[in-house]
Amino acid sequence: MNSASVISTDEAPLLAVRGVTKIFPGVRALDGVDFTLRRGEIHALMGENGAGKSTLIKVLTGADRRDGGEILFDGCSIDPRSPAEAQRLGISTVYQEVNLIPFLSVAENIYLGRQPMKFGRIDWKQINLRAAAALKRLDVEMEVTQPLNSYSPAVQQMVAIARALDIRAKVLVLDEPTSSLDANEVGHLFAVLRRLKAEGLGIIFVSHFLDQVYAVSDRFTVLRNGKLIGEHEAAKLPRLELVAKMIGKDLKAVEEMSARRGAEPVRTAHHPFLRVIGLGRRGSMTPFDLTIRAGEVVGLAGLLGSGRTETARLLFGIDRAEAGRMEIDGKLVTLTSPRGAIGRRFGFCPEDRKTQAVIPDLSVRENIVLALQASKGWLRKISTQQQQELAENYIKALGIATSDAEQPIKLLSGGNQQKAILARWLASHPRFLILDEPTRGIDIGAKAEIEKLIARLCSEGMAILFISSELEEVVRDSHRVVVLRDRKKVCELTGDQIDLPSIMQAIAARADE
Amino acid sequence: MKFRLSRTRVPLLATSAVFALFYTGACMRYDGFFSWTVFVNLLHDNAFLGLAAIGMTFVILAGGIDLSVGALVGFTSTFIARLIAHQLHPLPAILIALVIGTGFGAGMGALIRFAALPPFLVTLAGMFFMRGLGFAVSLETIPIKHPFYEAISEFSLRVFPVTALLFLVALIAAVYVAHYTPFGRAVYAIGGNEQSALLMALPVGRAKVRVYALSGFCSALAGVTYTFYTSSGNATAGTMLELDAIAAVVIGGTLLSGGVGYVFGTLIGVLILGVIQTIITFEGTLSSWWTKIAIGLLLLGFILLQRFLQSSAGRGGLGVANPAMARP
Ligand SMILES: Nc1ncnc2c1ncn2[C@@H]1O[C@H](COP(=O)(O)OP(=O)(O)OP(=O)(O)O)[C@@H](O)[C@H]1O
Ligand SMILES: [Mg+2]
Repeated sequence: MNSASVISTDEAPLLAVRGVTKIFPGVRALDGVDFTLRRGEIHALMGENGAGKSTLIKVLTGADRRDGGEILFDGCSIDPRSPAEAQRLGISTVYQEVNLIPFLSVAENIYLGRQPMKFGRIDWKQINLRAAAALKRLDVEMEVTQPLNSYSPAVQQMVAIARALDIRAKVLVLDEPTSSLDANEVGHLFAVLRRLKAEGLGIIFVSHFLDQVYAVSDRFTVLRNGKLIGEHEAAKLPRLELVAKMIGKDLKAVEEMSARRGAEPVRTAHHPFLRVIGLGRRGSMTPFDLTIRAGEVVGLAGLLGSGRTETARLLFGIDRAEAGRMEIDGKLVTLTSPRGAIGRRFGFCPEDRKTQAVIPDLSVRENIVLALQASKGWLRKISTQQQQELAENYIKALGIATSDAEQPIKLLSGGNQQKAILARWLASHPRFLILDEPTRGIDIGAKAEIEKLIARLCSEGMAILFISSELEEVVRDSHRVVVLRDRKKVCELTGDQIDLPSIMQAIAARADE
Repeated sequence: MKFRLSRTRVPLLATSAVFALFYTGACMRYDGFFSWTVFVNLLHDNAFLGLAAIGMTFVILAGGIDLSVGALVGFTSTFIARLIAHQLHPLPAILIALVIGTGFGAGMGALIRFAALPPFLVTLAGMFFMRGLGFAVSLETIPIKHPFYEAISEFSLRVFPVTALLFLVALIAAVYVAHYTPFGRAVYAIGGNEQSALLMALPVGRAKVRVYALSGFCSALAGVTYTFYTSSGNATAGTMLELDAIAAVVIGGTLLSGGVGYVFGTLIGVLILGVIQTIITFEGTLSSWWTKIAIGLLLLGFILLQRFLQSSAGRGGLGVANPAMARP
């Protein structure tokens, strides 16, 4: 196994991109970019939101046509006109966002287009068996005959990965495959990637999690504003230098940025805004108590399927609680629908931006003002000028890379769409905001800005429930952390108790201890 | 077929229940309704609608629409009758008509694929074109007199209606194509999410062309069936048939937005339309307009059911957990 990964470097690279250019109206998404992928390496594409990573991948895999430059695959010039063609050449891809068919079964999604046949008909039994096995390799056990959309985004992401891994290929491309996975799943994925690398595959990997990137990659190619900044050996490029290259600032500015700490202590004067006692629902959450004060960020930590999203859904009235009660400002209330929650000035930024948040054809401005307008009622229209100001403010504050506020949001890069959705909820100024994986796919520079913004909103009295699989982020931003396990609240940490080891311990501790 | 979730099956179950209700109700109310002959006649009378609806099912599953269906039936029937009147043997005449229908569908599909035009408009143009072409062939009804056709009606009377036979065979073939071929699954995928289907490396463009070709073929076959049914060809045949076909497909539980549905459901949808018609015939005193009113109400009911299921699915999709996902 080991010897296979040692391949002489002077043989032609597996994939060589030379001077590739891609122009969209208003932007040069790629500007004369070079990129080289060798056999048996994991190569990370690094860059801020909107740097051009996904565009490079789309051009490589035939989802977009390039406007200039050359791509050599195994020494031959290629020009794939569709993902199907790229796949035939031996390039298997997981695109950013889950791109599967929601109504079809998990198993079918893995084998769509490559179904095993028997006697001239699709062999469904084989499909189900093989799909279960493919998922098993990633340590996921699930009912593969269920439709895909009955599973959470994280599970869907695993299914997309399983599909790509199952395709026989020479090049494997993964565009932010881990954005909603937790450490466990990521570990399994990386184990598989290392094995494939040893077999001689070339793997392109994109992620905004530096830990992951350093853990698994051999080399980096850094892009900024569609331009190549450089190619580096992972072992020789310290983290801060990498960040400096990505965001185009000097090392000192980056050092200052990373020294900053989040959550300042809340002034105790704040009263409990929301109190739930014994709230629960069968099959979703075991009854739990929770108090959230105005001006406080409560972090929700736990593994996938531990009940994070379920808690949010109960609090927001999407799922009806079967037990327990809820008090707002000390008064008993019953929430039976999201509408009721919005009426009480709750906000919910959901986990699945592609299907639940982004309205693709509306402009960035319209997407941002949506929640604010809805809370005001449609009769009291926000004037166009106000809308523009609001949008411009957030575009600046969060560094949303868009040619202007009137561009349809679907043309933005994944991370920039997420920023706009977050802006939508921040702009609506709710009293209580639930953020379910709000920083998914957002680069580190912007994360810092978002953390600052959250801190400011809190100091103005907003209460926030912050859900994230990235524990560092939970630690940094929360005043209090609630840990969930197996759909039960297992503990609550405050103040100095909040650190990574204690949370990990609480998550990992076995129920019978 | 254990691969589809129960939620997508709800409309199918609802349709089946409605059919069972109408059918048993009619059997209890009218003497002689519960008989083999009445049931076979149900298939016989609705065979050409059924054939058109089968093609329409694929088009709608792929997220499209085909309005040229009825016009193609009219054209095919006059065209065949005309060819036979010109001393061509019916078999090659039918073959030519089928090739024309398929080619015409493929042409519309190619326009939809390559010029990225909306299916509604392309097939609307196709409808006018084909209807016009049918009248160009003949303004009058052309009777068909040929030993081949006599043999067919002889067989239909004595053994089993050839029209119904064609419908049932096509139905079985369609179930096979929809559920057991990569093409069929690609159709579902395209209707489910075209962009994703493209990124999943499915041959989206080719499948789209093929779907309209298939619909063209089915409509032409429906036209052939019409000539068997009436022993004549008529350019006005199949007027508004496309709308009946769409109604049958939707009542059969296929989502108009595509991606969800069953060919089998379309059979039930066609049978429901047929049963309503038969009931009104049996009733005797009711005007045939009641058929339309009943279909309208049913259609509304099913659309509401779909909307309800979709919105509850949307809510379910808000990050539903995965009790099934266990981790050692
Ligand atoms: N279809 C399109 N039309 C217009 N502009 C586009 C289109 N697709 C991408 N862009 C623009 O190209 C630039 C690069 O986008 P890309 O998706 O490659 O970024 P990225 O590096 O993948 O970012 P992220 O980390 O957010 O995913 C962005 O400014 C984006 O707005
Ligand atoms: Mg991207």
